[in-house]
Amino acid sequence: MKQLLVFIRKEFYHVFRDRRTLLILFGLPTAQIMLFGYALSSEVKNINLAVVDFSKDVATQQIITKIQSSSYFNLQQSVLSYADMERAFREGKIRAAIVFPTGFNDDLRHVNKAQIQLIADASDPNTATTITNYLTGIIGDYQQQINAAAALPYQIQTETRMLYNPDMNGSLNFIPGVLALILMIVCTTLTSVSIVREKELGTMEVLLVSPFKPILVLIAKAVPYLVLSLLDFALILVLAVFVLDVPVRGSVVLLFAESTLFIICCLSLGLLISNITASQQVAMLASMMGMMLPTILFTGFMFPLENMPLPLQLVSNIVPSRWYYLIVKAIMLKGLGFGAVWKETVVLIGMAVGLLGISLKNFNIRLA
Amino acid sequence: MRILKFLLRKEFRQIFRDKSILAMIFAMPSIQLIILPLAANFDVKNVNLAIVDNDHSTYSQRLISKVGSSGYFRIIEASHSFKEALHTVEDNRADLIMEIPAGFERNLVREGSQKLSLAVDAINGTKAGLGGAYLNRIIGDFNGDVRLQWMQSGRFNEATAIDVTSSNWFNPLGEYRFFMVPGILVLLLTLVGGFLSALNIVREKEIGTIEQINVTPIQKWQFILGKMIPFWVLGMIVFTIGLLIARLVYGIIPVGSLATLYLFAGVYLVALLGFGLLISTYSDTQVQAMFVAFFFVMIFILMSGLFTAIDSMPPWARAIAYMTPVTHFIEVVRMIILKGSGLADVTRQLLYEIGFAIVLNGWAIWNYRKTN
Repeated sequence: MKQLLVFIRKEFYHVFRDRRTLLILFGLPTAQIMLFGYALSSEVKNINLAVVDFSKDVATQQIITKIQSSSYFNLQQSVLSYADMERAFREGKIRAAIVFPTGFNDDLRHVNKAQIQLIADASDPNTATTITNYLTGIIGDYQQQINAAAALPYQIQTETRMLYNPDMNGSLNFIPGVLALILMIVCTTLTSVSIVREKELGTMEVLLVSPFKPILVLIAKAVPYLVLSLLDFALILVLAVFVLDVPVRGSVVLLFAESTLFIICCLSLGLLISNITASQQVAMLASMMGMMLPTILFTGFMFPLENMPLPLQLVSNIVPSRWYYLIVKAIMLKGLGFGAVWKETVVLIGMAVGLLGISLKNFNIRLA
Repeated sequence: MRILKFLLRKEFRQIFRDKSILAMIFAMPSIQLIILPLAANFDVKNVNLAIVDNDHSTYSQRLISKVGSSGYFRIIEASHSFKEALHTVEDNRADLIMEIPAGFERNLVREGSQKLSLAVDAINGTKAGLGGAYLNRIIGDFNGDVRLQWMQSGRFNEATAIDVTSSNWFNPLGEYRFFMVPGILVLLLTLVGGFLSALNIVREKEIGTIEQINVTPIQKWQFILGKMIPFWVLGMIVFTIGLLIARLVYGIIPVGSLATLYLFAGVYLVALLGFGLLISTYSDTQVQAMFVAFFFVMIFILMSGLFTAIDSMPPWARAIAYMTPVTHFIEVVRMIILKGSGLADVTRQLLYEIGFAIVLNGWAIWNYRKTN
């Protein structure tokens, strides 16, 4: 036990001696969470919209004013021909166009039926759908206004409640996701170089001739990074709560316990990568280049996991941040207790134990 | 020139000697490009819905089956109370709850109006917004059916209707992969080029070989060029492989000109590699270089407009997004591949990239010192 403590102290010295790396480890995730907290949201706003008005009458003017007063759209100078509109699409100046045919108002008043054409740039299909929905909604409102005089009977009204996020804070979903992502990449990469560096520098041989059990070497390597990562987590959490107004509705203690578990899981993964790679360069490329996009996509905060083909849904199950993200959402945003996240917790425990076991088995006593 | 040739030969040999790095450069992006676009799908078609029917009437049944058959919703549970339904939201099984109050049918027919309540898991804004909008539209349709059934024709004036037709240009079927594949290709290129170049010079610092180079009469610009050209070649190969995968696996054939695309990729890579080398000249260890590269690459990725719309960001964030080379490249790749935009349409972005390339590389050469 005393041996282990001495060894852990040595590792701490190593980590804390390098001030510049420490600064990077705390400064950069902090900056990231602030930046993404404010910048990312799944809302669609400020869309550049062209109006192609062949009619230019009272009704089209009323609809245009209605669109202008919503915060979703920036009206561009109105274009007068399809050719101009097409050019604007190709240059990326507009995302959507609304076309009023000639005699719009006349049709509306006399025939009781008029047409509007919406064109959306579907090279981004999601935004295109959202834009079409917004515009259809605004036009529907206008139509109701016209019909208001003849109040229609048999009305179903809907009342919508926004659960957990009544203010519709667009970044609420991203903060737990980005938190899981940053912790996962930072913890894994950090430990992935720990052993391989000693191999590369040659100091590993010194360790291996000492009467130390391999598991103690692994534990001693992991403890300083665990402490660092927890401090990182605490810092990010404080920022999220006090600067970004993200609520912590559930128990902070439970959140810390689950985060510790998640960090252990990532550290084990890092140790495993460190064991099976031969150079720092390969270890880092594997843990960053190899994991960054899969982690972003399979954590579930960008794209709904249930939309993925089944094999990929199965793949997402082996990404630890996916489970951690569910836990953070449940505790922080929904205010649920351990009862709601025990399944995810069991999965993370299983992963941590499994990864540590494999790492230990792969930890070569002899150097190649 | 001769010195540069020797340097290049050395760098190429170093790269090709390490098989695991080579595998990482070519295999990893290829595999990711084949798989990941399938995962990035934002069709809002599978909104999970929990229903609480307190009325159990013909009308409530009709409404439920209308919602169920719309294609947008999966009814995952018919709960007995709102509290029970809330559990399905807590467990992430449902995104939306529709509660039909008792007396729904009677009130609708006799009193002429009735309220329905929806509760939306608003943590994920897009799904909440779109799901709610779809559900409202379906309820509106249902309302129209009911009205039609109870109102004799001719008794009321026909209501004015605006007929809205919408069309999707450049991707008529709204295929999400057409949107994602070019973007993911750019990201993978960025990961490969950015990380490899960021690690490169600092690695020589850490191992100590850089001192040997420093005592030779090699010029700074020769040294940087010697580092850059091999990665540039590798990057262009990765880009070509990516385009081939896009074509063979996803059937994406660029509408615009390949020459423009390659011109842009070439300039972009020079800018990106300059960025990596710049990080390398500032760092003491590979770990530092890696984390600084990670910091910027993650900003590049998440703010590039691939996952969230840049237009929706606050103005200062939009400014940051436009200060990163990746944003422009993703925009241009999509424009050329999907919309067939020509060189004239993308001149502005090309000038940006050339600017990035000059500034970043100039800075890297300036900051690289031959003496420590």
